[in-house]
Amino acid sequence: MKSGLLYALAVVVLVLVALGAYLAMPETSKPELDQSRTRTSANGLYVAAIEPEAGGPKLGELENWILTVKTAAGKPVDDAAITVGGGMPDHNHGLPTAPLMTGHLGDGRYRIEGVKFSMSGWWELRFDISSPAGSDTAIFNLVL
Amino acid sequence: MTARRTGWGCAALLASAILSGCGGEDFTPAEKATIASLSLADLPPLPADPTNKYADDPAAAALGATLFFDQRMSRDSVVACGTCHLIDRQFQDDLARGKGAGVSNRRTMPLAGVAWSPWMFWDGRRDSLWSQALTPLEDQREHAATRAFYAHFVADSFNERYQRIFGPLPDLASVPPDAGPFGTEPQKAAWNAMSAGQQEAVNRVFANLGKAIGAFERSLAPQETRFDRFAAALASGKSTGADAKLTAEEIAGLKLFIGKANCSTCHNGPRFTDDGFHNTGVPAVEGLPEDLGRATGATQVAADPFNCLGAFSDAGPEACGELRFMVKDSPRLTRAYKPPSLRGAATRPPYMHSGQFATLDEVIDHYARAPAAPSGASELHPLTLSERERQQLIAFLKTLAN
Repeated sequence: MKSGLLYALAVVVLVLVALGAYLAMPETSKPELDQSRTRTSANGLYVAAIEPEAGGPKLGELENWILTVKTAAGKPVDDAAITVGGGMPDHNHGLPTAPLMTGHLGDGRYRIEGVKFSMSGWWELRFDISSPAGSDTAIFNLVL
Repeated sequence: MTARRTGWGCAALLASAILSGCGGEDFTPAEKATIASLSLADLPPLPADPTNKYADDPAAAALGATLFFDQRMSRDSVVACGTCHLIDRQFQDDLARGKGAGVSNRRTMPLAGVAWSPWMFWDGRRDSLWSQALTPLEDQREHAATRAFYAHFVADSFNERYQRIFGPLPDLASVPPDAGPFGTEPQKAAWNAMSAGQQEAVNRVFANLGKAIGAFERSLAPQETRFDRFAAALASGKSTGADAKLTAEEIAGLKLFIGKANCSTCHNGPRFTDDGFHNTGVPAVEGLPEDLGRATGATQVAADPFNCLGAFSDAGPEACGELRFMVKDSPRLTRAYKPPSLRGAATRPPYMHSGQFATLDEVIDHYARAPAAPSGASELHPLTLSERERQQLIAFLKTLAN
């Protein structure tokens, strides 16, 4: 009788833990959120890759990122105009700073200065890329 | 996400209650990480101030401390920095709006931890401690004097101390006693009549005064609170004495703060601020001119000759990232203000940028109701908080005050 009760209690606890695990799945790790650092632009014109220049990203700090742009065929794009945007879709606000592309580094690489993430959670970092090949946008998801 | 988190909290609470019969003092790993990130132990070392080469000069800091409390640093010799930034009151004055030669439009900000802030004032209209310190000196409602006045004052009263730190004083014999770009009409006229060389010389002395005061203000660090001791104990997993304990009510408030109430969205990190600017729909004060917050502050700091990129800054442009990459022209800057640190906030009403709310109850009620902003768009969403939850939040905020 007593062991039956214990068994029932164990089952209840297991169910609760399983329920908790399901409910605890943060939105930021939803399977559809692609966090890869290499993305094809929206219309397929470019393949863009990002990496922080000096490690990170670290919350609340101004950081430089390196954006690498290649054509879909893999050829580096060196003459692009780049503008940067983004924000937190869950909180309906933009980036806390206005990052700029400040350097053409060659080989399709560009320095992006002034990137800051002021809180933890899901951020989007958006690059509008224009070159003779056309204009397109690459969006990256970052979770801090 | 919130519903899921709440669900997890309930499930975890139930499970832990069944398993251990405890009163719900457990934290999820995510909650523990957030609590650690709010703790003073997570405060980075005092950041360098490359705009002020005297920032870590003890003689400059000592002169700055003297100047900070010297009432002669004003038109009528009755207002010092310490008049509104009271040393025994967290360097603020408990008033809705600061009172110097007149009454300002804004609440005096406390100074603990100010050296960690990239932006000064509620609207970030200055970008360094020293350029901030210069601004009230020339505000007609505050110290109400002029930069020529301060240059003469230093030459008369602190001549040797100044020169030991900053080098030779310029010849001020032909500089009018009262001249500055923000003074009365005659004072402005006197300033405009000065040669560019004279203006530059006075600006240099004036900037150095700010640099001395800034060097002093760097010493004002946040103090450890009961919350910090609790967070340290939680992180180490060791049991601790009574001075590191939080009551069940305070813990419930902490969980609300970092959970359902969304306070830590903006009040994050060990200083409880994200150093950004947010429109939270705080009401306008009747009778005051229109206040657009950061929208005006961003324009002002960009135009300030004493900013990081200016001629009186000791930093190169590579050190001016906050200024160079600030958001300048977004509609979300309208009536956006800096989230103040919440350390010590419970014992320094009134609240908000012009002291709009007299009590923490009023503050929490505002955030729960989330009214429309007088201009711009509030970032808040309405929140249902029971009376008990409101008191729990206040109980938690009190653990951040000594």
